[in-house]
Amino acid sequence: MLQSNPAPQQDAKPVLGPAAFLKAKAAWRWPEFLFWISAFALILLLPNRHLLLNEIAILGLFALSLDLILGYAGIVSLGHAAFFGVGAYAAGLLTKYGVTEPVSGLVLSGVAAGFAGFLASFMILRGTDLTRLMVTLGVALIFHEIANRLDWLTGGADGLLGVAPGPILGRFDFDFAGTTAYVYSLTVTFLLFLAARRIVHSPFGLSVKALKDNRLRAATIGIAPNRRLIAIYTLGAVYAGMAGALLTQTTQFVSLEVLDFARSADALLVLVIGGSGYLYGGLIGAIAFKLMKDTLSAMTPAYWIFWMGFILVILVLIGRDRRMAGLARPFAPLLRLLGARRP
Amino acid sequence: MNPALRTIGLGKSFGGFKANADVSLSVKQGARHALIGPNGAGKTTFINLLTGVLPPSAGTIWLNGEDVTYASQQGRVRRGMARTYQINQLFAELTPIETVSLAIAERQGTGARFWSRVGADSAVIDEAEALLTRMQLGAMMTRRTSTLPYGKQRLLEIALAMACKPKLLLLDEPAAGVPEDERHDVLDSVAALPEDVTVLLIEHDMELVFSFADRISVLVQGALFAEGTVDEISSDPRVKAVYLGEDAHV
Repeated sequence: MLQSNPAPQQDAKPVLGPAAFLKAKAAWRWPEFLFWISAFALILLLPNRHLLLNEIAILGLFALSLDLILGYAGIVSLGHAAFFGVGAYAAGLLTKYGVTEPVSGLVLSGVAAGFAGFLASFMILRGTDLTRLMVTLGVALIFHEIANRLDWLTGGADGLLGVAPGPILGRFDFDFAGTTAYVYSLTVTFLLFLAARRIVHSPFGLSVKALKDNRLRAATIGIAPNRRLIAIYTLGAVYAGMAGALLTQTTQFVSLEVLDFARSADALLVLVIGGSGYLYGGLIGAIAFKLMKDTLSAMTPAYWIFWMGFILVILVLIGRDRRMAGLARPFAPLLRLLGARRP
Repeated sequence: MNPALRTIGLGKSFGGFKANADVSLSVKQGARHALIGPNGAGKTTFINLLTGVLPPSAGTIWLNGEDVTYASQQGRVRRGMARTYQINQLFAELTPIETVSLAIAERQGTGARFWSRVGADSAVIDEAEALLTRMQLGAMMTRRTSTLPYGKQRLLEIALAMACKPKLLLLDEPAAGVPEDERHDVLDSVAALPEDVTVLLIEHDMELVFSFADRISVLVQGALFAEGTVDEISSDPRVKAVYLGEDAHV
């Protein structure tokens, strides 16, 4: 490889033409294949942990949905659970009142959450990060209270009972070990990931990144910011809603917990752990988060939250001043293989 | 023929302060017109009015004979107005090829496609590559913008505006802050801008103004103070007093 005459550059890659460069940028890397093959291999390798794996897949998808709006569009949210909750309740009600086939329920729940996200998006178009934090938080609180009040419909604080989904596509029944659940959640997460991957590498995805980077300039080269933000926010809500629907369908229960502030905060933590803006952060963060929670609560059932908080603070402090925050830092070289940005 | 840009009685007040007052400016098609003025003369406000960042308090703006006083920023871009910034406004995380592709795709109406890959559309990528090469950025088009030398970033500022295929280009101090050894690149690129593009140059640097412009307007305290050819302005004692004289002290 030839080194050009001036000072050696940071990226000592072979020089590609622009078209080839852009193609390579969107191309699959081998660690990505490894990641997904491992995820599917766990169906056979860890037959006793399917319930936990199912939870991880759902949390990963939820965090991925937040990554779309936070990592790509730069919209901070403290209330992303609002759309998770809409999807979860929609799936519960659909199942209870007739649409028992999970995939149809999943799609319709995604549509319902997307509709809620579309309406909510108009409130986050303008304003600073702080206003957005408050607006998203407020919307989630309102949704929580609505679900609480409509107890004739949602079961209120008792939760929605009698959610009994039928077999997936009329063929695969849910089982107690959670195997069907994991396969189902993982497959949905994978397919939605593929779509998200395609979208973030599209001209639309690039324009959303540009908006995050410099909204002022994006507007001066003819990009209308509002439409793009509405679109990506709605998409994020659809994804979140589908994650919620997966939870309902695989646990056969919905409670107000799906709309809790803690759920929004968890998604944010997961992204801090895994890093944002390269799609795998949510998935890797979800794995780390759930495993930490699982291990810590087994070690110290009463104080695990303390240790969780402690570890998070340490990790974020270590990762401070780095583009790739938090836990991601020690593993940065590994995550870069998956496409995380260079700090 | 309609002027490329025309303002009639354009004004902007912030509270009691008149940042621009009764500015009537006409820029001919294909002109190299410079707008100069001391600090605080209202040049930035004027640019913000032209591009639609701020709504005017009074007056109208005409682009190629069309009233754009209340058009949106994007609307003005579509009608052929593009600008650069005095302080770089680029996409630090993107590469130059992605940066100009954005503007080109937007202009061609393919900027919102979400199911095709960036770079797959050769109509966009070929034009982007040609433009960057012309702007002396050929060797750096796949590097992250934030890692480019400052002079190259200034060139990308201009390339990005040119990617909008403007009929009227507003250049806001294109050579500001560029180190001496990179200055020539920027000046050459400005001089080599296509002739059919009308350029309004907002500038502090007299050397650049006198070598580049064929007509100069002087803005002082928000109002047009003088207008004329390079010779007229450079020999106008009043202009010297308010501007050139002051500048000579520095």
